[in-house]
Amino acid sequence: MARMKFVCDAERCIECNGCVTACKNENEVPWGVNRRRVVTLNDGVPGEKSISVACMHCSDAPCMAVCPVQCFYRTEEGVVLHDKDVCIGCGYCSYACPFGAPQFPAQGHFGARGKMDKCTFCAGGPEANGSQAEFEKYGRNRLAEGKLPACAEMCSTKALLAGDGDVVADIFRTRVLHRGKGAEVWGWGTAYGSQQAGKPTNGDGVKQ
Amino acid sequence: MRRAAASMLALLGAAALLAACGEKPQTNAEGVKHDAAPWSGTSNGAQKDGGGTAFTAQGWKPGDKASWTEHLKTRAQNGQNEYNRTQ
Repeated sequence: MARMKFVCDAERCIECNGCVTACKNENEVPWGVNRRRVVTLNDGVPGEKSISVACMHCSDAPCMAVCPVQCFYRTEEGVVLHDKDVCIGCGYCSYACPFGAPQFPAQGHFGARGKMDKCTFCAGGPEANGSQAEFEKYGRNRLAEGKLPACAEMCSTKALLAGDGDVVADIFRTRVLHRGKGAEVWGWGTAYGSQQAGKPTNGDGVKQ
Repeated sequence: MRRAAASMLALLGAAALLAACGEKPQTNAEGVKHDAAPWSGTSNGAQKDGGGTAFTAQGWKPGDKASWTEHLKTRAQNGQNEYNRTQ
């Protein structure tokens, strides 16, 4: 198996926030924490683009690199998880993460910062799979139930894809072939260094 | 003799160089609690199809990594690739 990956197709995302709601509901995420958020660029302007953002389960995760207590680990499937019993809530991971994934619920008095919480790719944490302790700390372990993350499976337009990296790439490749375009897809050039990235399009949506 | 030694040295050098291309293990073996593999399922309970709970998806056998992998690939294609369903 390749690594588990998320991809959000900006051509399809309609900013419905269904993924955010699905995640909150499935994992009973505490108040003040959104493991997933929808970000819209040029909101209200024709041609606006939205993408759903959460932990991207980086292959070389900066949160893991900066954690002073080494509470992070990566599973064989490439999912970046952490042990809340080891986390000290220092917040270094929050500064290191380029996606704003690590978040901290306000727990106790005076708004004291709690243990870090982030997307688990619906893979729970280092408690027994499917146990109550795992659910209370990390949310549901859907991978161990033979399911994919709730956000992607709930996405109405299938903009958000999740699963084995090879399968996700195959699905996205099929879409690009059917659309008849690929390099001009928003974000594609930034990620893969397209020569056409950032250049204006003519009326037909073709790069000049 | 000298040729064999030179070849051996070159081989060792190549092995040392390639060793840097490897990926060091980043699992939690050295610190935090051990996490069970997801393909081991959510419980060893006696679900009718051999393990799992009422929430476990049908079509794979908990504890069998190959069937879990194949099941997730099929689920991803069937659930997220509508071109498979419409054509």
